Amino acid sequence: MPKDNGIGASPKRREDVRFLTGRGKYTDDIQLANTSYACFARSDVANGVIKSIDTSAAEAMPGVLAVFTGEDFVEVGGNPAGWAISSRDGTPMHEPKRPVLAHGKVRHVGDAYAAVVAETPEQARDAAEAIEIDIEEQPAVIDMAAALSGSTFVHDEIGTNQCFDWGWIEDNREATDEAIKNAPHVTTLELINNRVVPNAMEPRASIGDYDPGTDEYKLYTTSQNPHLTRLLISAFVLGIPENKLTVVAPDVGGGFGSKIYHYGEEALVLAAAKKLARPVKWTASRSEAFLTDAHGRDHVTKIELACDKEGNFIAFRTETLANVGAYLSNFSTATPTFLHGTLMAGTYTVPNVYVNVKTVFTNTAPVDAYRGAGRPEATYSIERVIDKCADELGIDKIEIRRKNFIQPDQYPYTTPVGLSYDIGNYDALMDTLERRLDVAGFEARRAESAANGKLRGIGINSYIEACGIAPSNLVGQLGSRVGLYDAATVRVNATGNISVMVGAHSHGQGHETVFPQVVAEMLGIDEASIDIVHGDSSKIPFGMGTYGSRSLAVCGSAVVRATEKIINKGKKIAAHMLEASDADIELVDGQFTVAGTDKSVGFGDVALKAYIPHEFPLEDIEPGLEETAFYDPANFTYPSGAYGCEVEVDPETGKVDILKFVACDDFGNVVNPMIVEGQVQGGLGQGIGQAMLEVGTYDADGQLTNGSYMDYAMPRADDMPQMVVDHSNGTACTHNPLGVKGCGEAGAIGSPPTVVNAVVNALRSAGHDVTHIDMPLTPSRVWAAMNG
Amino acid sequence: MTNVSMTVNGKAVSGEIEGRTLLVTFLREGLGLTGTHVGCDTSQCGACVVHVNGEAVKACTMFAADAEGAEVTTLEGMANPDGSLGTIQAAFQEHHGLQCGFCTPGMVMSAASLLKENPKPSEAEIRDYLEGNLCRCTGYHNIVKAIMAASGQDVSSMAAE
Repeated sequence: MPKDNGIGASPKRREDVRFLTGRGKYTDDIQLANTSYACFARSDVANGVIKSIDTSAAEAMPGVLAVFTGEDFVEVGGNPAGWAISSRDGTPMHEPKRPVLAHGKVRHVGDAYAAVVAETPEQARDAAEAIEIDIEEQPAVIDMAAALSGSTFVHDEIGTNQCFDWGWIEDNREATDEAIKNAPHVTTLELINNRVVPNAMEPRASIGDYDPGTDEYKLYTTSQNPHLTRLLISAFVLGIPENKLTVVAPDVGGGFGSKIYHYGEEALVLAAAKKLARPVKWTASRSEAFLTDAHGRDHVTKIELACDKEGNFIAFRTETLANVGAYLSNFSTATPTFLHGTLMAGTYTVPNVYVNVKTVFTNTAPVDAYRGAGRPEATYSIERVIDKCADELGIDKIEIRRKNFIQPDQYPYTTPVGLSYDIGNYDALMDTLERRLDVAGFEARRAESAANGKLRGIGINSYIEACGIAPSNLVGQLGSRVGLYDAATVRVNATGNISVMVGAHSHGQGHETVFPQVVAEMLGIDEASIDIVHGDSSKIPFGMGTYGSRSLAVCGSAVVRATEKIINKGKKIAAHMLEASDADIELVDGQFTVAGTDKSVGFGDVALKAYIPHEFPLEDIEPGLEETAFYDPANFTYPSGAYGCEVEVDPETGKVDILKFVACDDFGNVVNPMIVEGQVQGGLGQGIGQAMLEVGTYDADGQLTNGSYMDYAMPRADDMPQMVVDHSNGTACTHNPLGVKGCGEAGAIGSPPTVVNAVVNALRSAGHDVTHIDMPLTPSRVWAAMNG
Repeated sequence: MTNVSMTVNGKAVSGEIEGRTLLVTFLREGLGLTGTHVGCDTSQCGACVVHVNGEAVKACTMFAADAEGAEVTTLEGMANPDGSLGTIQAAFQEHHGLQCGFCTPGMVMSAASLLKENPKPSEAEIRDYLEGNLCRCTGYHNIVKAIMAASGQDVSSMAAE
């Protein structure tokens, strides 16, 4: 019988009740007394020198309280990149300042150069339109290859558009070159990993508040990690002492990476709140979101796979141009490097791997981590070139993968690109996929489709990702400027109910439901008596937030460690109450019991005793029952999976229908199956969206040509297939206490190559000599592939 | 500024508005009913769907002044009289049809409108009807499943496992 409490149960999500009754509290829902409103003036050209800005007309307009330009922020710091990368020749990356408001130059359409604060949003908007700016326009730097050879620069002071030229691992370079030169077979594929716009349904919003009486600031903002935002504002941008700044991320309507980062609007509303001594609110329009949220992906890659004639892999070698946009967003330098290059061995025993990534500044919105962050790019390159190789050698797509899989007896397995996989079983995942997709029955279904005039294809994929980011010791060696631990405080109140303060932030992941399941399991009490607190830097000890599928693996481990401390202290208190030795006390089903006896005391009685410590042995035990733990993982976690889908292509129109999608994942142990399934389905939605529909497109002048839902093809309900999600092949992570790996990004990582592999397979089945189609697979692209 | 009066979730309300004030702005800022959301500026995302005189309407596409005298229902008005979740709301919770919750008001209001028009919609009819409601979290699978379940249909074939 399924459990209804604790680990492995799927209780209804407790956060749903407020969301379903309109009582959620998102940033824009918060209305402080005496609020004023900010509106930003944004560049409509991609690249240009600011000759002058005239704010006099705006300042004279009704309701206007203040106007800010870049000049007002010259003295404050820039918004930094969180990861320092060196080029192959040892030189540090170029790191131009990213100001609160553009100063001297505008560098992408949407770059904010001024801000108006007024009594109403409408007055602020009207006044922002009255700001006059004189810009000497320069040619836009858009195409990455042209950017590297051209003489127009996004940042003139650097004198190049290359941020860095990174090799991973440089010591592998010669051996990989040699292996490819001597290999019996080499498959080469050039591909584009298309730029996508994150499109969390809640646009970004921020409210700055300042109390002149205490010199304290408060920022309400749409963030995945309020403590990191506080740290960036305090240590780098505005210099507000951390103890004077509270950052609150209340209910947040999705993030997918785009709300990890600190943005200039957050600094502006804080600075304006201080100047005006009243709250300042800003809420992005969807148009602003398209232009200014950090975008994702945007790689151009050439990959080579060397193997013998039987398909045994010898080497992977890639050359990638990765777009970082106009400024370095906080994780923009880590995403195309250590979240991408380190995964370029995939699930395979390939002895030689070398990765080269050149990052390129362009006059486009900054590009940073988007669901999957580097790992989708790695998986796409590997899994597409394997399919092409299999076609060239006439080997079955599943067979060629199985032939090269790392085997269960090889763990821990150190790859040529620097990771040590702790556990997995890729053949078991592939077995399940073959069964659930009914691979054996595919040819019969293909014949049925053919009878209906349709081309049916099957796509197979094997992915691995590095999650639970990350071991601070390791990432510190690799250039990270932050630690990537997490923290939790478990506070047992006198009456026995519990508040758990967690550094992870829930913006759809269901933490309010899942973390109590973990604590309830450990304490043997009803999870209904446990609540979590998150998203408020003044209430929780610290936290690095939620991204990289890290919440349960890292913060959940901190929760476990803090709960263990609670149990240990509870045993001491119980031992005192039961006049026994604490070594003899066991906690079973919520009862502290003297082992082997019927003497016991309930968890609630121990909690009460902790706060009413009459006759307490104060020399041995402090009053109170509250414990904090920081947890820094020993390694990444390595979720993996085998994905498959079947598609039908209409040869007349090029339209693709995904008929069935099966995702078989190894997430290790699963705490809440319902939520895990939902996370995978959501990731599949975004991955299928990237594969089939989405691409953020800039024209040669640097205009985003599809910056609204009228033009950008978001996946809708009728674009999505039914999804089968299977996580029955979990191999427990070996190094965290819950044995969990993380499930948030898998769907977005595993699905794009699955879909493209299936469509290429369908076309080839009809004799079309198609080896690749770049995403998104719109009917026109598929039709063109068939019709030359 | 002019005055507008309407009935919202069964309660008579009125307020001062500008001519350009949208219905969604009046609901959120004038009445503090923040359960209705704004997710775009082109009437595409559907997070702002409410019912006006029984019809599903994108509240960002209608001036508040045009709702003079109308009966408006928002997400806040969808619970049972005792405060418990209504059938559709309960089905969304039961089948994990929401994650971040931002698109949810529009999804629930559109679903209610669909089931009024078509009490037993097929899966394809549901997907088609949700053309005007975007969700970025769920991949839609569990939203469709929740609406099927709310209409009393068997959803065992849509089990992920």
